[in-house]
Amino acid sequence: MLEIKCPYCGKRSQNEFSYGGDANAKRPELGKEISDKEWDDFVYFRKNPRGKHSELWHHVAGCRQWFKVLRDTGTHEIFKTTKLNEEL
Amino acid sequence: MQKYSIFNLIKNAFSNHQNWDVVWRDPEPKKEYDVVIVGGGGHGLATAYYLAKEHNITNVAILEKGWIGGGNVGRNTSILRSNYMWDPNGLFYDYGMKLWENLSQELNYNVMYSPRGIINLAHSDAQLNVYSRRGNSMRLNGIDAVMLNKDSLKKMIPFADFSASARFPIFGGLMQPRGGTARHDAVVWGYARQSDSMGVDIIQHCEVIGFDVQNGKIQGVQTSRGNIKTKKVGLCVAGSTSLLAEKLNMKLPIESHVLQACVSEPVKPFLDHVVTFGAGHFYCSQSDKGEMVMGGDLDGYNSYAQRGNLPTLQHVLSEGVAMFPNLSRLKMLRTWGGIMDMSMDGSPIIDKTHISGLYLNCGWCYGGFKATPVSGWTFAHTIAQDKVHELNSKFRLNRFSTGHLLDEKGVGTKTWIG
Repeated sequence: MLEIKCPYCGKRSQNEFSYGGDANAKRPELGKEISDKEWDDFVYFRKNPRGKHSELWHHVAGCRQWFKVLRDTGTHEIFKTTKLNEEL
Repeated sequence: MQKYSIFNLIKNAFSNHQNWDVVWRDPEPKKEYDVVIVGGGGHGLATAYYLAKEHNITNVAILEKGWIGGGNVGRNTSILRSNYMWDPNGLFYDYGMKLWENLSQELNYNVMYSPRGIINLAHSDAQLNVYSRRGNSMRLNGIDAVMLNKDSLKKMIPFADFSASARFPIFGGLMQPRGGTARHDAVVWGYARQSDSMGVDIIQHCEVIGFDVQNGKIQGVQTSRGNIKTKKVGLCVAGSTSLLAEKLNMKLPIESHVLQACVSEPVKPFLDHVVTFGAGHFYCSQSDKGEMVMGGDLDGYNSYAQRGNLPTLQHVLSEGVAMFPNLSRLKMLRTWGGIMDMSMDGSPIIDKTHISGLYLNCGWCYGGFKATPVSGWTFAHTIAQDKVHELNSKFRLNRFSTGHLLDEKGVGTKTWIG
């Protein structure tokens, strides 16, 4: 069982959270003219490393806040969690 | 190659079965091959087999980091089916079903093909409507599909919960009678033995650590056992595809996720078919040894760990108990995990790439086992002819930019939900 430290509530069991994927995917700016390739990159292409991965999690059965997690995809070890506006 | 037959079995009994040929050789890698297949799983071995058999290309090496059949082909729930609604999927997988039917004879190896039928349970009128639509689409493509009502289901799967108090009452179901199971390890060994006998080198414990690309063309691969020259490389590495693609500076629409499965202690015959729960994600069948073979959802976060966590297993098995209440009395024998190459629309990629001589076979999500023969067959064609076959013409890499997605489940790009 993963124990995830929500930056707002502290350490809780994995059961309270849901996953949100690659934290580096950045939606193109609203109203900005962008190419098909840029859309393509945003919608379909994510980082998929073996090792340290920064990702989004949602404390859905808790405070309902989204936050960032730095986790190892090979060992499932969690190194750090931060609020969305903070650097991992 | 020594044929497996009753006569040879009797003959070898006289020498206490000490004189059987080795099933495949353990060769040293040569300096150069016509084709190098990376990944000695089901798809890689099938690709090599069809390259040799259908296209007469026998100077082929299969490079496997561990041992053959140690990845997903040894970790699945061995279900075969082609009950897809969209034409490209239905036609592709059904061609695979036809290959399965004759596979034991073709490979001279008993893959224990068992067309026992796969039943998808429906738990509402709306779901029955969706299933009849899918069943009709299947029949239009020449795939067998039968709608089942509650009474006939009661006779077929008497241990399911048909009570009115069930949380998800059973309304009916969709069945593909030709669906079923096969013995996954036998598929590996059968393909390996035949490929080897036609001259394919199966090289185990040989990891690919880099690629030699010059002027946009593949020239060779660098491995833990030396450099190998080749003009054609096929990648069949499932969950590790992104890691190899990274060495080629390629980004793929794939995420790697862990999927767990489990088997119970063996019990007497209890379930004659493969059955899936319609109100969640759970599927089960009973192996010839009597174990219940069960699986369901992904763990739900990127992972290369080949092992999962208990919360997901508990969630999946509680769905199983909702469907078959007496499963709750069984002890679990083993659980394990495999790494799925989850594509962004849930469908596979079998294609050429922008690098000449580099071919890609990935994105199988959690449905790769049933496709083993047809994946190898189409991939061999794509490699040998340097063009996609009609059957895999909709499984191209560029569909994500052109918008021709094959989203059979319609779950979008959140692969961990699908």
